[in-house]
Amino acid sequence: MDAFILQILNGLDKGSAYALIALGLTLIFGTLGVVNFAHGALFMIGAFCAVTLQKIFGISFQTIDDTQTDFLGNPLKVDTPYIEAWFGPEMGMAIQDWSVPLAILLVIPVMFFLGWVMERGLIKHFYSRPHADQILVTFGLAIVVGELIKAFYGANPIQTPAPDMFLGTVDVGAWLGMDSGAVAYPKWRMVYFAFSLVTIGAVFAFLQFTTFGMVVRAGMADRETVGLLGIDIDKRFTFMFGLAAAVAGMAGVMYTPILSPHYNIGMDFLVLSFVVVVVGGMGSLPGAVLAGFMLGILQSFASMNEVKAVIPGIDQIIIYLVAIIILLTRPRGLMGRKGVMEE
Amino acid sequence: MSKSNFSRRGVLKTGAIAGAGLALPTYLSAASHAGYTNAPTGSSVKFGFNVPQTGPYAEEGLDELRAQELAVEHLNGIGDGGMLNTFSEKNLQGDGILGKKVEFVTGDTQTKSDVARASAQSMIQKDGCVMINGGSSSGVAIAVQGLCQDAGVIFMAGLTHSNDTTGKDKKANGFRHFFNGYMSGAALGPVLEKEYGNERQAYHLTADYTWGWTQQESIAASTEALGWTTTQNVLTPVGAGDFSSYIAPILNSGADTLILNHYGGDMVNSLTQAIQFGLKDKQVNGKDFTIIVPLYSELMAAGAGSNIQGVFGSMNWNWQLQDAGTKAFVKSFGEKYGFPPSNAAHTCYVQTLLYADAVTRAGTFNPCGVAEALEDFEFDGMGNGPTSYRGSDHQCFKDVLVMKGTDNPTNAFDTLEIVEVTPRAQVEYPVDHPMFAGGDLGTCNPGA
Repeated sequence: MDAFILQILNGLDKGSAYALIALGLTLIFGTLGVVNFAHGALFMIGAFCAVTLQKIFGISFQTIDDTQTDFLGNPLKVDTPYIEAWFGPEMGMAIQDWSVPLAILLVIPVMFFLGWVMERGLIKHFYSRPHADQILVTFGLAIVVGELIKAFYGANPIQTPAPDMFLGTVDVGAWLGMDSGAVAYPKWRMVYFAFSLVTIGAVFAFLQFTTFGMVVRAGMADRETVGLLGIDIDKRFTFMFGLAAAVAGMAGVMYTPILSPHYNIGMDFLVLSFVVVVVGGMGSLPGAVLAGFMLGILQSFASMNEVKAVIPGIDQIIIYLVAIIILLTRPRGLMGRKGVMEE
Repeated sequence: MSKSNFSRRGVLKTGAIAGAGLALPTYLSAASHAGYTNAPTGSSVKFGFNVPQTGPYAEEGLDELRAQELAVEHLNGIGDGGMLNTFSEKNLQGDGILGKKVEFVTGDTQTKSDVARASAQSMIQKDGCVMINGGSSSGVAIAVQGLCQDAGVIFMAGLTHSNDTTGKDKKANGFRHFFNGYMSGAALGPVLEKEYGNERQAYHLTADYTWGWTQQESIAASTEALGWTTTQNVLTPVGAGDFSSYIAPILNSGADTLILNHYGGDMVNSLTQAIQFGLKDKQVNGKDFTIIVPLYSELMAAGAGSNIQGVFGSMNWNWQLQDAGTKAFVKSFGEKYGFPPSNAAHTCYVQTLLYADAVTRAGTFNPCGVAEALEDFEFDGMGNGPTSYRGSDHQCFKDVLVMKGTDNPTNAFDTLEIVEVTPRAQVEYPVDHPMFAGGDLGTCNPGA
């Protein structure tokens, strides 16, 4: 039973990341009709916003300590972060410790701006072009961004730990009336799950309960008619591109303590997220979220030793297997709309 | 009346074919005179440095490249000479090799066997390289070693730790300076026994390719000989990223030890995630849960941060050693690049110098002459103490380091500490040891 609960939690955690990325992908596809293969790169840029803030907080001045030597036998250069000099060691270390949550404040405007620039500067020129062209240009962009990140930050994963208070585990077993310690789950992963629920809820509420959201939904259903009513739907869709980029960026920032960011992290998620979008149904926001969590949980269960003993290698193919079955039985995906990508 | 059948076009055609036919024997005799692939004819000789510059082991590859460039500088008389000053052989004088200036080309293996082979093939066929060096994956090393054997050039392997490289996949044209999984197990065993006793339940997470398989086999054999039990061995895909699905079952498996047969970015992720799941703080079977990483590198240690504190592993070499060779190399590398070299950098640097020295002793770049000079070659002054290349499998034998994550690091480079220098005799094994069984070294191929 404890192993079962642990894999459910793992699946929800994985699914959170898939759902957040797939949500952004679907928002862009549903509004602008663009298949954005650079969406994984937006997730990665978000993750590197956390790395950047960590590095900014770590900018130091050097003093020479004659009492110690470095690896070459020269007097040791000691680095002291400015932030510790300005705010005192305790406060300075606390700010550095909280660099990941603080990066959320940085990532929202940065990603929104990047999304806006990307849409106005590049994507808009491909609206009337075939999906294949859109895929090629956005995939190319993702590669360029990945290489730029590698040039600046190197190829190795960079540690971006969660604040100290979120290290360690939560005794989920005790919550469920089981023996203490029977089901322990990392605190930060619980935070990530809660964060994803809040973010997904906020996006849905924004689309459902605001006038702006209502117009966007109308535009997604029938762009032409909304345009004929005198509403500049393009501006709203550009805003939605920025919003999708910000969601991907936030997902990236919060994921850094779980998976140390590296220049290729976006690509790792991109393919799976596209499968999630297709399984959920192209253009369906609830479908993307549902499929994200469903595939995350299935992938976790497929990794169990008991399952792999029966079907070796199932953990590597389960997502694609499920995608094939769903597309064979429900060609539009779980919650796909009629007419989307069918012309 | 006779009519001539000769036409202007026919004469030209026949002349061209006849000319080519006459020239061919000259071309062939030139090649057969050299007698081997890419025999250098000018004033320079070219090496191919084939390392991962992108992909999960890119950081190791880039460090290898730095060391290889440094080695070429030293061979050409630039800089302070590094280990040439401490090497037991004194044939290399900083004037190139056999009077030829050393040049090099680089390639990106991307840590993929097919890409690495294509890159090495281009270096041999297009660039005329006489030796290929580098790499940071056993899968890649075995693939490139096979290619070099067929092409008739020497392969001086880089960071490859699978038993198979000099076991069932050994080749006469391939040489490995780096240690292997068996040696890690032999070195770690006694230290683990002293530290953790004889009754442990070990759970292995293993990278699903040749290196992971043979390291797991070696470490399991070594720890089982101590009295430990291997409760489970779970194969994980390379580059999985999130290992939580593989780590969660360990929590209630009854195991009190996790052995991570992972390397590079995978090790950084799996170790970090294991600690997030609270494994290091856990008590099982009345013992503190412990984690072991049999193959360490400085670059991985830096990536894993504080998570490696107190975790045991092994290495081929470390910059903190105090012998003259290590000091000379660390000084050259540190002054040029501003940080200490990794053990991946060290092995590629040493391999480049060893090849150059073997050519000088053999008096030829012919791979068969070089191979003969390297086989059963005894040397010292390269940072590992007295070392030899065993002729029967082309594996280097030398001391091995048992390492531990530093508990209280004092600076950015203070990530690992040397626990023990395991003497060479403890990690030696017969050439027909079952873990290295199968395969055939074959005979040297000069190519051409």
